[in-house]
Amino acid sequence: MINTPEQTAQRVSAGLKRRYAQEFRFKLYGFLAVAFGLGFVVFLFSTIIGKSLGAFHQTEVNLTITYNADVLDPDGTHDRAALQDADYRLLLKDSLKELFPEVTDRAAVHKLLGLVSEQAEVDLRNRLLSHPELLGKSENIWFMADGRVDSFLKNEIDMSLPADERGFDDDEVGFVQQLQKMNRVRRVFNTRFFTAGDSRQPEEAGILGALRGSLLTLLVTLLLAFPLGVGAAVYLEEFAPRNRFTDLIEVNINNLAAVPSIVFGLLGLAVFIQMFGLPRSSPLVGGLVLSLMTLPTIIIASRSALKAVPPSIRQAALGVGASPVQTIAHHVLPLALPGMLTGAIIGMSRALGESAPLLMIGMVAFVADMPSELTAPATALPVQVYLWASSPEHAFVAKTSAAILVLLGFLLVMNLAAVIFRNRFESRW
Amino acid sequence: MTTSTTLLILVAMAYLWYAVGRSRSVAVVGGRSKAAELHSLPAYYGWLCAVWCLVPAVLVMLLWKIIDDGLLLKWVLSAMPEPFHSYTGTERELLINDLTNVSLGHAKVASPEVLAAAHHWQALKQLSSEWLAAAALTIGAVGGAVSFWRIQKTLRARPEIERLVNLALILCSMVAIITTVGIILSVLLEALNFFSRISPFGFLFGTHWTPQASESAGAFGAVPLFAGTLLIALIAMVISVPVGLMAAIYLSEYASRRVRSIVKPILELLAGIPTVVYGFFAALTIGPLLRSVFESMGVEMASESALAAGLVMGIMIIPFISSISDDMINAVPQSLRDGSLALGATRSETIKRVILRAALPGIAGGVLLGVSRAIGETMIVVMAAGLNANMTFNPLQAVTTVTVQIVTLLVGDQEFNSPKTLAAFALGLVLFVATLLLNILALYIVRKYREQYD
Repeated sequence: MINTPEQTAQRVSAGLKRRYAQEFRFKLYGFLAVAFGLGFVVFLFSTIIGKSLGAFHQTEVNLTITYNADVLDPDGTHDRAALQDADYRLLLKDSLKELFPEVTDRAAVHKLLGLVSEQAEVDLRNRLLSHPELLGKSENIWFMADGRVDSFLKNEIDMSLPADERGFDDDEVGFVQQLQKMNRVRRVFNTRFFTAGDSRQPEEAGILGALRGSLLTLLVTLLLAFPLGVGAAVYLEEFAPRNRFTDLIEVNINNLAAVPSIVFGLLGLAVFIQMFGLPRSSPLVGGLVLSLMTLPTIIIASRSALKAVPPSIRQAALGVGASPVQTIAHHVLPLALPGMLTGAIIGMSRALGESAPLLMIGMVAFVADMPSELTAPATALPVQVYLWASSPEHAFVAKTSAAILVLLGFLLVMNLAAVIFRNRFESRW
Repeated sequence: MTTSTTLLILVAMAYLWYAVGRSRSVAVVGGRSKAAELHSLPAYYGWLCAVWCLVPAVLVMLLWKIIDDGLLLKWVLSAMPEPFHSYTGTERELLINDLTNVSLGHAKVASPEVLAAAHHWQALKQLSSEWLAAAALTIGAVGGAVSFWRIQKTLRARPEIERLVNLALILCSMVAIITTVGIILSVLLEALNFFSRISPFGFLFGTHWTPQASESAGAFGAVPLFAGTLLIALIAMVISVPVGLMAAIYLSEYASRRVRSIVKPILELLAGIPTVVYGFFAALTIGPLLRSVFESMGVEMASESALAAGLVMGIMIIPFISSISDDMINAVPQSLRDGSLALGATRSETIKRVILRAALPGIAGGVLLGVSRAIGETMIVVMAAGLNANMTFNPLQAVTTVTVQIVTLLVGDQEFNSPKTLAAFALGLVLFVATLLLNILALYIVRKYREQYD
């Protein structure tokens, strides 16, 4: 059936309203999808930043300590060894008893002592060992409060729960309020978080150990993956003949880029640890595994950097008599290097955020020391996040969020560096 | 002498050979002014000496370092008196453990035989490192000297160096193949070991997964894991495919250039966030949030649920889906768009009936890659999905996945030969094969699609 132009126009305009409504809805769905993504980004960051705020401040308790010579050095030998082994807990107990003369019950005294972090004894010992002349005198010292006191003062403990379920009972609340009245409680910036290793006690735990573990691991990764990746890219892009063998390599690289990271962890466990006997939990093995994982990323980025160098440069070099190797080494590589480094930084930032393969090779062990060697047990930043996230203590939630912020901060710096690097050094032809 | 000092000395020696080789090449032709008579530039003669000094020595060191531990231990054990001499299996491993502890100084008390053997071991190690250093330095010196004596006017130094460079580059690109082979062999061998104890049939089709409780054959039925993995991947794709696709369409077809340049990088932030952060977020924020929402509606929900994990995983995959869809939409030739618009179709009709239809194979490939990512994703599910192997398709229940089980079976203390650890490798094999097939299929589809419009 053939329509006249009028009929066609009529049919079109009859459906027009519906079609425009459809158009509007479709556009709205698209907008909603984008808004959903953006909203999630905002939600994620605001939650993590909000949760982390607590971790950057630490509650301290002021106590008047008397370095009682009868307690510390009963034999009067003034010997370092005696001071080393002395009972500093007793000093804390005495000073707390002095503040709370009405508390005599053993259990209550125990609760009082529990308000101060276990670190206080170590601090006291170090102080006395470095100033032995203090023996017999007394002074006011700020001590770190226990993690629960900290959580209580930051309103992180749900006070509507019955006293025995919230892990911080009414006696303890009373003590803390009394201390506050005496002006013996303050909140300071938590430097310990950035200078200490991991600990079972939330108030003592810091991020530096994990950070060093991550840096050592990344060092190994960079030293292995970058030269290997650039070498492979140069071969495949500049020298390789097109045959079955090179096709096989290409297919392999593309597939490795999509293999789940946990499988690389299995490889590391079976080959590096079981077969070669390298030490478990070490940054060396972690770095080896992550370098195999990032290698495809670096190869692919390096190849596109090499592709971006115009052929005229190669022809010019070859034309004045350079050999192919000289052409690449003297002319093409320096021009492609910024792009390759950008790729390497992006690969490294991916390696920094990776945790699954590190779990496989045992980098989840509790490590309180600072790792300083490639073969010492260590953990890494994302794994530390995982470890703290699975701790039951409430104070670790803030620590976890703060550790995430540190991790995201590093990733941001690395990615910014990559962007700046690219804009600054990449020449366009 | 430690390995690092030996290496440092070798590097210094190589530098020395470089300088000596270089000046010798000039001297051979009789001075700088006649250097043009040499086949290659003088530096190449220096490089030749340095390379022949360094490379063989380092290779020998590497090789010995790989085999020395096992070899020395074998000698120590074979020198021990009966009954230690003929220990096998667990007894042997315990003995080795004792020896290690004694020789590292962790344990002081041990039987005299073990003490003696530990001393013997220590002495052998000492001897081996000294001999290795001596051997490496000798090889370095000889290698440099041989090339030094070879230097003549006609020695083709540059081609020789270039051949070596080429060889090194080939070796670099072989690493990818070696890695794949390593993955396949390590996972396959352990999995075969596992299947020699537990039948592959029971593993692939059994419905009870309780390896923590018992190690009998009936405890390793992986179907609940596969079901859990698929459920979570399904939830993730239900979230990420529509959102990712619509976001890509909006940004490439509707949004202004300015909006696009701001919004796109922000969305791509989602791709750069480490998965452990998503896991934390799923476990501590989304999980409780969903739970309170469902409980206010009177629906019971587990604190660790497939829904929370799947939802967050879906959000993680959004930027991946949207960037692939974006590529595919941009690859559709402008002429198709123009043709459709000229016929009077609205924008959304053009997109739905022309662009999406043309881009569909490519987008399907991208979705397959997304599925493979969802299956292999570990941290989110470890932190948010739970450990109990429930056979359920209810997203409000806790389920477990293949990756979660690999992690729980392998983290912590483990003996290497128990069915529990081996089961993790069998799961790894399944995971590797499944993702490999998905990847190959997806890459094939994407490539076919790209060729269509190139």
